[in-house]
Amino acid sequence: MDLSVKLGNITLKNPIMTASGTFSSKENSEFIDINQLGAVVTKGVSTAPWDGNPTPRIAETYGGMINAVGLQNDGVDTYIENELAFLNQFDTIKIANIAGRTIDEYCEVVQKLNNSSVDMMEINISCPNVKCGGIGFGTDVALAGEVTAQVKKIAKKPIIVKLTPNVTDITEIAKAVEAAGADVISLINTLLGMKIDVHKKKCVVANRMGGLSGPAIKPVAIRMVYQVRRSVNIPIIGLGGIMNGEDVAEFILAGADAVAIGTATLIDPTAPIKIKNEFSQYMDLYNFKNISELKSSFIN
Amino acid sequence: MKYNGNILLNQEIAPNIFKMIIQCAPVAQNAKVGQFVNVYTKDKALLLPRPISLCQFTNDTITLLYTVVGTGTKEFSTYTTADTIKISKTLGKGFAPQNVKTHVIVGGGIGIAPLLALAEELSAQNTNIIAVLGYKDHQYLVDEFKSICNEVYVSTDKATSGFTGNVVDLIKMKHISGDYFYACGPKPMLKALSTHCTQKNIPVQVSMEERMGCGYGACVGCNCKVNNKNQKVCKDGPVFLGSEVNWQ
Repeated sequence: MDLSVKLGNITLKNPIMTASGTFSSKENSEFIDINQLGAVVTKGVSTAPWDGNPTPRIAETYGGMINAVGLQNDGVDTYIENELAFLNQFDTIKIANIAGRTIDEYCEVVQKLNNSSVDMMEINISCPNVKCGGIGFGTDVALAGEVTAQVKKIAKKPIIVKLTPNVTDITEIAKAVEAAGADVISLINTLLGMKIDVHKKKCVVANRMGGLSGPAIKPVAIRMVYQVRRSVNIPIIGLGGIMNGEDVAEFILAGADAVAIGTATLIDPTAPIKIKNEFSQYMDLYNFKNISELKSSFIN
Repeated sequence: MKYNGNILLNQEIAPNIFKMIIQCAPVAQNAKVGQFVNVYTKDKALLLPRPISLCQFTNDTITLLYTVVGTGTKEFSTYTTADTIKISKTLGKGFAPQNVKTHVIVGGGIGIAPLLALAEELSAQNTNIIAVLGYKDHQYLVDEFKSICNEVYVSTDKATSGFTGNVVDLIKMKHISGDYFYACGPKPMLKALSTHCTQKNIPVQVSMEERMGCGYGACVGCNCKVNNKNQKVCKDGPVFLGSEVNWQ
């Protein structure tokens, strides 16, 4: 069975990736063999260190969780020195997720990573937890296209643009970033949510609102992947609540070329490997020899 | 990685406070004082594991004390010895027991639980151990502490018995002191105790509590500033030096 997939001119040995913000290379390597992953997407990284939001940053909801970490990170220089240097020992595709408040900030990080060992860069225009940048770019057709175009002008690596589901029509944003030169689209980032503690009569996370992830949002993600697949031609990374191998198959049937595992990894650090093995079993069950066979089996 | 544990005991020792003994050698063998385990619910809609401190441990068992606060811990409270329970390996950096003459252990509420394992470990040193335990109203583990500590002081918020007030006031009033302090409890208590210890120039290790996502350092949900640097309570802690925590 051949599980390899292509994202533009980059080949992944299998379609299983990690989702940004849910994976720390050193911590997760204590639990799994990173070589077995199709790709690793690291946490959002910005030009200078970001402090993130006050705590509490996490709330559990029925079938999901809300986070408002706020892209806390040590900045791109430290990222290259520490996390990327550590990841270099593994035979997997390395993808840096990039955060910024302005187009210039995105470009500055891209510039610094151009000569690093990252294979691809994912532009995060969809984080709901920061006041400027992030989602501000992802919810506006013109701005989404603009940031993509500026980044593409200078990028020496393929660019993935990560979209937010917090829009009226995600296909408009997808088309705009494709037209601006994006190589790959990933979707969905978290859905803006809120949880109130009815005993304390206040919001559970200090930021009040946060990003909802987990199996609760999977049907929304599947629907959006399906819609975007029918709107653009570039490859799609599907994510949102994948918990098992059948969820992976569902995203691929909807139109994804690869998938990312997020919340499941926080629950159980071994989840990406378990899910990969379950997905292999699913492929076996239906005698699919490769991902294209699975994809083309969808009866629309 | 999840391990299956056998429940040997799951008993309500005070209103809403449960003691659970789990047999699981691969987890228990690596346990250190002040560490915690992630406990998984059977209800799959409750996604996140519950991080619970080790109250005691042997070669093949761990004892957890937990308060029933929500749906997850409510589920745990219904388990019987016929149930198994899924837990992670022991996580976090626990207390670092020191070699000094007099240790002072200060606990508040359910934060008292991990201090019992610490007291047990310190008692092997043949030194003085003073425990100061603060409760809202109902008391638990007091007898266990009395059996291994040289002195045990108790305070309650609601005048049930002993001193009425918080542990830091009790420490000040009784002039309780020693060479080294260890503490676990609510943040305001830890902050007040750290301030007190810093004034007296006595080191204190504090076990911080923060709402966690993953419990192993991936999500950066449980951030805490220590020495002006962002630290993960679950991975870099939960135990930090009180003098180094940037209290807010």
